[in-house]
Amino acid sequence: MPEFRPRTVYVTYIAAAPEKVWQALTSSEFTRKYFWDRDIEIEPRLGGAFALKLPDGKVNVRGKVIAWDPPRKLSVTWQVEWPEDFRKLPECVVTYELAKAGEAVRLTMTESHSWNVPEAILSGGRMGWPAILSGLKSLLETGKVPAIQMEPPREMIEAIRKL
Amino acid sequence: MTDAAKNSSFVYVTYIRTTPQKLWQALIEPEFTRQFWAATTQDCDWKVGSSWKLMIPDGRVGDAGEVLEIDPPQRLVLSWRNEFRPELRAEGFSRLTYLLEPQGEMVKLTVTHEMPHPGSQFIEKVSGGWPIILSSLKSLLETGESLEATRRWPEGV
Repeated sequence: MPEFRPRTVYVTYIAAAPEKVWQALTSSEFTRKYFWDRDIEIEPRLGGAFALKLPDGKVNVRGKVIAWDPPRKLSVTWQVEWPEDFRKLPECVVTYELAKAGEAVRLTMTESHSWNVPEAILSGGRMGWPAILSGLKSLLETGKVPAIQMEPPREMIEAIRKL
Repeated sequence: MTDAAKNSSFVYVTYIRTTPQKLWQALIEPEFTRQFWAATTQDCDWKVGSSWKLMIPDGRVGDAGEVLEIDPPQRLVLSWRNEFRPELRAEGFSRLTYLLEPQGEMVKLTVTHEMPHPGSQFIEKVSGGWPIILSSLKSLLETGESLEATRRWPEGV
């Protein structure tokens, strides 16, 4: 595997047990609520298949499990398959790390890339992750995910078209 | 994004289910900051040019600066220098911007902390602190309870 370097890191602290946060990261019952309606399919083992699917069944992201250590570390390769333009992007790696922090859990999301990815392309994830993980925190702490209105990541879409 | 070769910067975005008015109040009023910001309070009259101090519960001044811009409940810009650790104080003044934008039933809060030189130790320190403080602020406004770990000033600091 090529070398993947962290380019975007987001940290949030959630008042919940690590097992609960792990469950929210890996089961559709939760992802549907905070990850923009996506279902997650993940084989719970190293080398297992991973996918995020849209409500119509279309595959949004596909990858492989490269670290599986519940409830501490999950790492997957991440190839965007839809929208179609995004297939041009080389796969990246998304890693979630969970650690106890007093009565809360520190959740660290790291997006790592194997190429010199332009800032414009990184801007998509930098818009999306704070919204997704803010939703996850609200879901676990209040039982609800308030709607977050977001613009499409125009800068990223433009940059991908130019690749 | 800022030019990494000339600046050090930290940017954090969180979405909080509240109103801009309530979030603004939570960011400046002592009865809120004590709960989510390690028992600190701010000494300031919140006008452009006013001095600003972050007070540690034992009476020390943690950080100090002045109000550069204030437009409630949307935007607050402070100059900000650490006062209690000589190696950080020596770096001089950073710039802190809070930006509050309503988005549906949420408010998008963007916190940008910048230092006008590369490799800032001060920015590295605050990068480790802001996520837990702002996570606790979100918990406080959404659930009525801040995160337990942020309710006291850390021992020995």
